[in-house]
Amino acid sequence: ILVYDQNNLSWSRSYLKFIVLQIYNLHSTDFEVHRNWLAITHSLPVSRWYHENTSEWTLDYPPLFAWFEFGLSHVAQHFDRNMLQVENLNYASPSTVLFQRLSVIFTDVVFIYAAKECCRCVQEQKGSRDVLNRPSFVLAVLLLWNFGLLIVDHIHFQYNGFLFGVLLLSVAKHLQSQHLQGALLFAILLNLKHIYLYVAPAYGIYLLRSYCFTQDNKDGSIRWMSFSPLRLLALGSIVVSVCALSFGPFIAMGQLPQVLSRLFPFKRGLCHAYWAPNIWALYNVLDKGLAVLGVRLKLLEEAELPRASMTGGLVQEFQHSVLLSVSPSATLVCTLLSILPAVASIWLRPCGARGFLRCLLLCALGSFMFGWHVHEKAVLIAILPLSILAVESREDARIFLVLTTTGHYSLFPLLFTPTERPVKVSLMLMFTIFSFTALRKLHSGQGPLLRPLEVVYLLGLVVVAIACEVVFPLSPWQQRLPFLPLLATSVYCSVGVCYSFLRLYVRLLQRDDKPKQL
Amino acid sequence: MKTWSLVSICVLLGVVVRWGVSLNSYSGAGKPPMFGDYEAQRHWQEVTYNLPLQEWYFNTTDNDLNYWGLDYPPLTAYHSWICAYVAKIINPDWVELHKSRGYESPTHKLFMRTTVLVADLLIYIPAVVLYCLYLTDGSSKKKISTLLCFLLYPGLILTDYGHFQYNGVSLGFALWGILALGLGWDVSGSMAFSLALNYKQMELYHALPFFCYLMGKCIKAGPMGRGLFLLVRIAATVLATFALCWLPFLSDPSQALQVVRRIFPVARGLFEDKVANTWCSLNTLIKIRSILSGDSQLYLSLACTFLAVLPSSFRLLTKPTFWHFKLALVNSSLAFFLFSYQVHEKSILLAALPVCLLLNDLPLIAIWFLQASTFSMLPLFLKDGLLVPYVVTSLAFLFFSLYLLSALDHCSEDELRMGAYNKLLFFLPKMDLACVVRWKFYISVAVMAVLSIVSIALVPPPHLPDLFPVLVSTTAFLHFFGTFVYFNVVQFSEPPSRKSQKKNN
Repeated sequence: ILVYDQNNLSWSRSYLKFIVLQIYNLHSTDFEVHRNWLAITHSLPVSRWYHENTSEWTLDYPPLFAWFEFGLSHVAQHFDRNMLQVENLNYASPSTVLFQRLSVIFTDVVFIYAAKECCRCVQEQKGSRDVLNRPSFVLAVLLLWNFGLLIVDHIHFQYNGFLFGVLLLSVAKHLQSQHLQGALLFAILLNLKHIYLYVAPAYGIYLLRSYCFTQDNKDGSIRWMSFSPLRLLALGSIVVSVCALSFGPFIAMGQLPQVLSRLFPFKRGLCHAYWAPNIWALYNVLDKGLAVLGVRLKLLEEAELPRASMTGGLVQEFQHSVLLSVSPSATLVCTLLSILPAVASIWLRPCGARGFLRCLLLCALGSFMFGWHVHEKAVLIAILPLSILAVESREDARIFLVLTTTGHYSLFPLLFTPTERPVKVSLMLMFTIFSFTALRKLHSGQGPLLRPLEVVYLLGLVVVAIACEVVFPLSPWQQRLPFLPLLATSVYCSVGVCYSFLRLYVRLLQRDDKPKQL
Repeated sequence: MKTWSLVSICVLLGVVVRWGVSLNSYSGAGKPPMFGDYEAQRHWQEVTYNLPLQEWYFNTTDNDLNYWGLDYPPLTAYHSWICAYVAKIINPDWVELHKSRGYESPTHKLFMRTTVLVADLLIYIPAVVLYCLYLTDGSSKKKISTLLCFLLYPGLILTDYGHFQYNGVSLGFALWGILALGLGWDVSGSMAFSLALNYKQMELYHALPFFCYLMGKCIKAGPMGRGLFLLVRIAATVLATFALCWLPFLSDPSQALQVVRRIFPVARGLFEDKVANTWCSLNTLIKIRSILSGDSQLYLSLACTFLAVLPSSFRLLTKPTFWHFKLALVNSSLAFFLFSYQVHEKSILLAALPVCLLLNDLPLIAIWFLQASTFSMLPLFLKDGLLVPYVVTSLAFLFFSLYLLSALDHCSEDELRMGAYNKLLFFLPKMDLACVVRWKFYISVAVMAVLSIVSIALVPPPHLPDLFPVLVSTTAFLHFFGTFVYFNVVQFSEPPSRKSQKKNN
């Protein structure tokens, strides 16, 4: 019955996606980005792929993704040949739109398969239960109907479903103790989108510690003698071969520096235009606040302050006025410092696959919190794997509810037209209602799930939502301070995200009772 | 899981689907000079806001009745007036007298679609939720499944949010009436139904069952005493509601008469366009329209309708239970659809609503009919550019309802109440009825799918330009006629088991 339910959930997910597909008759820049990449990979020889810059949206994903687009372009030519001309900038005929959207829906199959695999890993609790209350069913719904993923993938147009599918599949494989497959999938993922480098430390340390060292001492510490060079070799060869497959042609042509410069552009600003709810949002607000305060108290001259344009434009740089300016290397150092304890913890006291999952979450969240030019949708890298833990343990369910609600709400500003408003509100409500009631039912019997403070915070989120969506557009400040709702949303959500980050850390660093599984 | 959370999730899903469909094209988009139903609604807002009430239904210099004149009863006009009032606040250009003809813009489309959604949320959806929670039997999971399928019925979504109409309001009021009658509140029910009648005159399709049910109840309660008292109360409520709605028009008899003339245009022919009813289908074989005169066509259709609706009404009069009431609603609206004068394809929605009420009791036949009704409107949807929503919503509806209601499992003779069939057709060899029905269902769905694909993909031969619409409407007609016969048989067979009968009464 369960499999049948998951099948139906998958179909219903596709149905929802088709319906949501109707929405985007206006499209975001990502649409043009991917059309451009289809054109580049189809029309130009391989040597020109990373040199091409007719359009401003140059190829900035690793080569494996370029090969993926190349494959797609062969199907695309049957829909509309014109989209594959590099010169046709902003070309968007109906068949082009249809093809692009269908491609996202079809590659979504990977995500559906990954969700099924994750559900298989979930520990079922004893006792016959109604289908709706089984952990694996709840997980299936939480993954397949994840609001953030639906919104981001369809309305913002990217292949996130596909990429997250690969990530979740690799996690599932590790949970099922098939580490080589998991490593392979992660290597593929890295070569598809290099943003996942952020979680690579978790993979690296976990595999090194728990896979290459086959046994531990009784007290859990490392047993150096049990090192298995064979396993290390297997892992290494997998990673190297995948990278060779994707980067090989470019290394052979000596284009590696060019490719790397495309992949890691550091010219963009500290914060994305919509201010991901991370530490830097709080930092910016503090800076602005101090600047205003300083001017009021006559400690600073207004003319001395640099024109703060952190709030305008898409990819501009800015400087802080009172606090220290933040450079890319500083963010990198902060990120590494933030994930160091987590990584060290799974080296010194490995807790099996679930410990690895926690470390992965912390790496993802840490890089979200402290990273350079982070996009709000990066919070999904933390939310989706956390769903697996949420259906198993009560503590994690609590953190999940806080993180998910704030993370999803922070995605609201991405959809700002009135046309999309009913859909985003309805979908968000649907997901939130489901996650709260299902998780509460699943972990019932030990008092209320959320602490009073958390409840107050989440209710405050509703207030902020109403203020930003309804009250603000009708108020007199609309003209003077147009970025105020964005600011409020980011700051309020970053509080929630920081809180979840700290709580997850506490969870990891507490001694877990789970025995090592390998 | 708590019921309220599942209910809210279903409602939200219904809203998402509706809004998703509403982002597509509407009828008459970008097609001057007449455009379509969308322009008609906008024009009514213009007329009702700018002109005094006395001129709404009259042909004056300011009000050209040939350009989408008002042809619904006053409640529609009042609704348009309210919408126009809001429109004026947002952007006066939308309802500028004369100048706003053919006005089309993305913001205006958003506004119009929002009015449909608001009307639905206020009237139709609450009625559906209350009906599914309180008047269907089964476990709460079954009720939620019924609710979801009810809300996902594609025909209404595509017509209201695609083609653009306000059927949700009139059907919603009718549903409130049915709900009240089911809970035993006869007076409120009659008031709600009167409101529905005053919104769209096509609700008359449902009028006979309401009348027979209430009359039968009054007779049962005793022709003298309680029954009479009930009758008087109902009659008074109905008259009061009508009077209230028509109040501004009652001051001058010519006003009222003009309104009646507008809402019942008898000058038109037996049928218009391609409709899945008897006359249109018969017309393919025998050209009735040319054989009979206009008057005799009218009398013929009246006679046939009367004959068709008589059995079920009589049965309801003698056995006024809620179960029979639901069946009579189906039978009556189907009879009117099949045999009446000047029927539009969208009138099938009036039959679809009562069938939705039977989703719980007779899932397979209900789903079958609902799918056929959506299919019958395919030519209309294709004209409006609603191909993708049609395909997606139909497939999803079929899929969800078959799974959630386990329709294909409950096919036994008893569950389909086909015992009477066996008695009627005693001369045929005994077959496994469930298997036969299932196969008929599969074949029918396959035929509908094939015809849909053919209508979309192929170009008709030049000497038969209407080939595909005609094929679609004849196939749909066969389905509807078969359903009509089936539901009549069911109404005359044994009532359902004691347990459900108690609840329904």
